[in-house]
Amino acid sequence: MLGRLSLSAIPLDVPILVGTFIGVAIVGIAVLGLITYYGKWGYLWKEWFTSVDHKRLAVMYIVLALVALFRGFADAIMMRTQLALAYAGNPGYLPPHHYDQIFSAHGTIMIFFLAMAFMTGLFNFVVPLQIGARDVAFPFLNNLSFWMTAVAFILVNVSLFIGEFSQCGWLAYPPLSETQFSPGVGVDYYIWAIQISGVGTLLTGVNFFVTIVKMRAPGMSWMKMPVFTWTAFCSSILIMVSFPVLTVAVALLGLDRYFGMHFFTNDGGGNQMMYLNLIWAWGHPEVYILVIPAFGVFSEVVPAFSGKPLFGYATMVYATCSIMVLSFVVWVHHFFTMGAGPDVNAFFGIATMIISIPTGVKLFNWMFTMYKGRIQYHACMYWAVGFMVTFTIGGMTGVMMAIPGADFVLHNSLFLIAHFHNVIIGGVYFGYICGMNFWAPKVLGFKLNESWGIRAFWFWLVGFFFAFVPLYVLGFQGMTRRLNHYDNPAWHPWLLIAEVGAVLILLGIACQLMQLYVSIRDCNLPANRDVTGDPWNGRTLEWSTSSPPPIYNFAIVPNVTALDAFMHDKEGGIDTRQAGGHYEAIHMPKNTAAGLVVGISSLVFGFAAVWYIWWLAALGLIGVIGAVIARSANKDIDYYIPAEEVARIENEHTRKLLAQAAE
Amino acid sequence: MKNKLLARMARLGGLSSALLLAGCELDVLDPKGPVGEGVKSLIATSTIAMLIVVVPTIILTLVFAWQYRQSNTSAEYLPKWSHSNTIEMVIWGVPSLIILFLAVITYQTCHSLDPYKPLEAEANTKPLHVQVVAMDWKWLFIYPEQGIATVNQLAVPVNTPVDFDITSDSVMNSFFIPRLGSMIYAMAGMQTQLHLLASEPGDYLGESANYSGRGFSDMKFHTLAMSGDEFNAWVEKVRSSSEELDGQTYPKLAAPSEANPVEYFAHVEPSMFNTIVAKYNNGMVMDKSTGKMIQVQQSAMSDMNMKE
Repeated sequence: MLGRLSLSAIPLDVPILVGTFIGVAIVGIAVLGLITYYGKWGYLWKEWFTSVDHKRLAVMYIVLALVALFRGFADAIMMRTQLALAYAGNPGYLPPHHYDQIFSAHGTIMIFFLAMAFMTGLFNFVVPLQIGARDVAFPFLNNLSFWMTAVAFILVNVSLFIGEFSQCGWLAYPPLSETQFSPGVGVDYYIWAIQISGVGTLLTGVNFFVTIVKMRAPGMSWMKMPVFTWTAFCSSILIMVSFPVLTVAVALLGLDRYFGMHFFTNDGGGNQMMYLNLIWAWGHPEVYILVIPAFGVFSEVVPAFSGKPLFGYATMVYATCSIMVLSFVVWVHHFFTMGAGPDVNAFFGIATMIISIPTGVKLFNWMFTMYKGRIQYHACMYWAVGFMVTFTIGGMTGVMMAIPGADFVLHNSLFLIAHFHNVIIGGVYFGYICGMNFWAPKVLGFKLNESWGIRAFWFWLVGFFFAFVPLYVLGFQGMTRRLNHYDNPAWHPWLLIAEVGAVLILLGIACQLMQLYVSIRDCNLPANRDVTGDPWNGRTLEWSTSSPPPIYNFAIVPNVTALDAFMHDKEGGIDTRQAGGHYEAIHMPKNTAAGLVVGISSLVFGFAAVWYIWWLAALGLIGVIGAVIARSANKDIDYYIPAEEVARIENEHTRKLLAQAAE
Repeated sequence: MKNKLLARMARLGGLSSALLLAGCELDVLDPKGPVGEGVKSLIATSTIAMLIVVVPTIILTLVFAWQYRQSNTSAEYLPKWSHSNTIEMVIWGVPSLIILFLAVITYQTCHSLDPYKPLEAEANTKPLHVQVVAMDWKWLFIYPEQGIATVNQLAVPVNTPVDFDITSDSVMNSFFIPRLGSMIYAMAGMQTQLHLLASEPGDYLGESANYSGRGFSDMKFHTLAMSGDEFNAWVEKVRSSSEELDGQTYPKLAAPSEANPVEYFAHVEPSMFNTIVAKYNNGMVMDKSTGKMIQVQQSAMSDMNMKE
């Protein structure tokens, strides 16, 4: 009846997990209780859970990403603490069974549920506004994407309390991840979490690709498109091309595990290296999927705060596109040490280095955007300059590892760990937080607190160097990744410094929480409110609407005649909003619960498949298919906002603008 | 707030300089053999080449970020300036030249440091042949010419090229001796090759560089580099062990074990390594000299059938 699920699957013998469960339960009950007490269920359901508005989905994505950050960071600091303790005969406090789950979960959560969710949140918020569109091309799919991502994250966290998570690293290399070596449910949780969130991500890629191709405002030709939109476009293409590869690779692993097939097993003609090739044919583009939009954020932020246009717009576009293409021909650099011939290794090594040319050009472009500018140091600009310095170092160590000869001693060492955290924290995370600070007033209608934002930046920056420079050193000392304990006295002091770094980053996260708390507390102070919708003297169309924008974004779709369309209009005295113009009724999509139903059914299906509870899996599958059919047959999916209502909202905003101008 | 941070940083600064004196032995950058030397000079050359761009980039970023701050009204402000062909040429050109240089040395070192390339030996030095098997969670070293085998201890004579054939009888691992240089994967059913040489006597750490499960952290071995005479004495010591490795004793060894102690086997079946590779390939193994698949003797196979 319950497959292989029994009471013994609940890890009552692990005090850390029991404590975590109690903590999560208390917080969870408190949150649910508060929602009930204030009677907000209807509001959440109508305005958020079933919403197809890209702006609402953006907020939900970013909330999901921040929750994933807490989980992923808790894993990180537990690992650092284990390695600070587990030295010279001391086993530390995490036995391998637990520790191996933690590092596998850390990587999986940080990439799939922090970085991907944050990125999708930024896409959702910014892209339609930047191109002058009223929503994305497929609003329902957008809602569905969100729920698929969210339930996959829930599935990963269920593994904390029921059963176990994968102990095979974040990419679950076979044959270790095959049934012969990992008979438990951990890898199955991993497989289904990846597959479910993969559906969400793939739909996001398709959605934004179509949105950007088809829904740009009249006059916005390709070379008048803002750089962030360009990066979202390239990233979407990468998603569409690479995520199916991930889906297939993980599905084949699933066939091995569920049906005893032999794609990647040691015997029966399986080949583990086939999995490595497939997973990295996705995995390498994936890092560019994440970092290219971060480059896009900086390409918006640096000009805005330097009071100048971006230096070398065309170069930036070409550089982004060439990175996109090149990212597909470098995957073998993740396993030079498999014993391929020197010519194969040389090809992939050199291809990898070539990517550093357009990437370097981008850095120079941001630098020359600051050159002869008037730089205002808001929190976002701190993140941007911090990124430029940190990322340059990460890029350099990346090129070092791209040289196969050098990789033969650095591969899988802590040097590698330091390198990719250098580019993922210094590039992706700094970029997304920079973007969050930049677009928050547009999303929320008020600015985030500057002082706490800057404090968070300093703790993150200093903490990053304390946490990861020691890892570079440890790599040169021959320390490999994923060790649970060690006895080399030379390693210990460096791991203590890295622990200090992790604590500094913890303080950085605490400052970010304080920033959110203080900003919300003070949101009604006149200095914090964004009345004009253009708090930074922005250059692109999203700043031409009110903050937060009305549900339809643009009452009259703007006419684009130049790059940096809004700045061009401001300088030419043109009203981008065309306030008081002729308003027409606006066609909008209706909210729907179908995405939520598909998501929850997928969660049920995934959980049941992990535990071999086949009747429940069948129910989940019926839920998915049924909801899709019901949604497809539903004709009542849209409505019109009457012209009078549009006029009322727009006139209200104009009145506020005039009042502000009169002060 | 800022002062506290500074004070904390100063304390840590003191700590880290003490570290540099005490605990900073960079194994990879202090190699004891020609392969490691080659890698070290490659890392040094490429790092210097990249620093030519990286250092000015970081400095210029910080200089611009400071110079053009809003409060510095004496700095020139060009609110429209966003293009310069000269700058574009430099920012594409200089990185391209550096990468061109790195590409050339990458191509050269891919060949010169190819792990499959035999090392040149001094006259009348015969390379030592060692077959390596990664197991859960220990390393088996088979010396086919000496007819002996060991677990978690690898002895090699100094200044003698060592030819490794590497496979796995379990999951993927990576065979790595940081002081000697390159690593290579160990994969079941496949054979990889590695050529190393120790130029100084010593006891060097050997490890797996690819996570392989529960017992991975203790999957360490000692690499004892010693003179030729000492090596011969060591071989005799192993030969005096009472243990033997054959079809009967192998399954016991292959069973998963953590932090396995050093073990000596006075005698090992000559076809042991091929048998281990072949059991994942329907009894076939690739002949290194011809590249063709050949059948491994049936007798050895029957004793060592695959465990399910």
